[in-house]
Amino acid sequence: MDGLINELDEYAIEEGLRIAEANPESEVTILSMGPEKAAESIRKALSMGADKAVHLHDDGLVGSDALATSYALAQVLKQIGFDLVICGSESTDARMGVMAAMLAERLGAVQVSLAAAVEIDGSAIRVRRVSDDGYHQVEASLPAVISVVEKINEPRYPSFKGIMAAKKKPVQTMSLADAGIDPSLVGIGGAATEVVDFAQRPPRQAGTIVKDEGDGGAKVAEFLATRKFI
Amino acid sequence: MAEVLVLAEHADGEVKKVTVELITLARRFGEPAVVWAGPGAEAGQARCAEFGAARVYVASDAALDDIVVTPVTELLAQLVREKSPALVLIAGTGQGKEIAGRLAVKIDSGVLTDAVDLVPGDDGPVAEQSVFGGATVVHSRVRRGTPIVAVRPNAISPEPSSGDAELVAVELDSSPSGARILERVVAERGERPDLTEASIVVSGGRGTGGAEGFGLIEQLADALGAAVGASRAVTDAGWYPHQFQVGQTGKTVSPQLYMAIGISGAIQHRAGMQTSKTIVAVNKDPEAPIFELADYGVVGDLFKVVPQLQEEIGKRKQLLFRTSRRPD
Repeated sequence: MDGLINELDEYAIEEGLRIAEANPESEVTILSMGPEKAAESIRKALSMGADKAVHLHDDGLVGSDALATSYALAQVLKQIGFDLVICGSESTDARMGVMAAMLAERLGAVQVSLAAAVEIDGSAIRVRRVSDDGYHQVEASLPAVISVVEKINEPRYPSFKGIMAAKKKPVQTMSLADAGIDPSLVGIGGAATEVVDFAQRPPRQAGTIVKDEGDGGAKVAEFLATRKFI
Repeated sequence: MAEVLVLAEHADGEVKKVTVELITLARRFGEPAVVWAGPGAEAGQARCAEFGAARVYVASDAALDDIVVTPVTELLAQLVREKSPALVLIAGTGQGKEIAGRLAVKIDSGVLTDAVDLVPGDDGPVAEQSVFGGATVVHSRVRRGTPIVAVRPNAISPEPSSGDAELVAVELDSSPSGARILERVVAERGERPDLTEASIVVSGGRGTGGAEGFGLIEQLADALGAAVGASRAVTDAGWYPHQFQVGQTGKTVSPQLYMAIGISGAIQHRAGMQTSKTIVAVNKDPEAPIFELADYGVVGDLFKVVPQLQEEIGKRKQLLFRTSRRPD
């Protein structure tokens, strides 16, 4: 999306950096799948403090649905190796919210998603997982795939030093062939779903707007009564 | 007739509203068969029958309750293999979408999430989704495998129909591993309905001025039997807990009535509420974008308008009480 890291991914990056800071042996790699201009968001992530990046970039990926995207990303992850994969919880464009679950399934790793707090203790990971009516405290062993919810942290701004350092950090570009991705399983051809049509939502019919002349509350009540809400 | 699997959302044997919505929806495509993971199926059976479920597959393996997402997914995959259903319907909640996603990988089938409607088409079910913060309507379909669709709560109106809801025990073939739930904490919300399931939602924004002013929103919600929502400005400022945030980065709601009080209506917020059936707004700024969405809006001070509204609701309730006490 215009070379910007979408907001939720910044929370994922920030959480990765914090975990790495608390576990000195570790390293943060940014994995991004996207067109040429994704390079800009990768640089931003590196300037926040990530160590290196892998950019999966191939015209054959265009039109991939969630299932195909998870396959492509899993192929890369298998090749580069990991202890922990952190995803944003939903991309702001399509609101799928399924990527962490799909990756965990493909990688045979534990899924501890919708995390509002993460704690790593050796090979154990403990997460406060947001549920519909509160939260669950869950525990698993690494390797794991997690997704984070907004509010898990306050993402840092890149410092000037960070921006300068990012210019020298390694970014590996991978094609389908490099990652061992079967071209027939990605892109429009590999997608298991398709868009039939799309249109702008018709605007809502203009409502009645009144100025409060001391009877605003009574008027709302009248409206609610005509619609049988009270 | 082919079966349509509906994964039940339930708590203490009580079937959630979204599940009867999905059973209603399932009838468009075949014979609804509810999948019940965990305890309480006997208690929930009648309600499933009331909305036309032909049977209820019940699996009560302890893992279904203790381990995150994987066992339920395994159960669904097993039933898809054994029953070859026409379609799998799952509630479009945070966890529901994850189950849908994992199931899609497991059975190599297409998955559609955030559906607000689903209709039969020439090449299988066609889902309506709203994307880009609700500004665009997309129709999509699954073209490989057994369609899996996660449907938003409140999108479908439940309609009763009779079914046998015969309980059929299912044994889980495998013993799945995964993240273990150590503790469950239910957030305090008193007697109010669940935010994503409520038919009326009253939300407050920056205009409430603070936690104290936000109390007015709670009072109005209680007068209407509504759930309480909040804009991001409110939850960011800590005036109200985060789990009540409505918006792109919070919960998506589509109640029968949404009342936006002191909320300007930034795109962030609109994305979470603009599919509400009726929208009422109160804001002191006549230029606030929320008025573009409102069916009824009052430009004014919420601290004057809301108490008066509450008083009027009280009067009408009393009237109703009197008439019901003294039938002619």
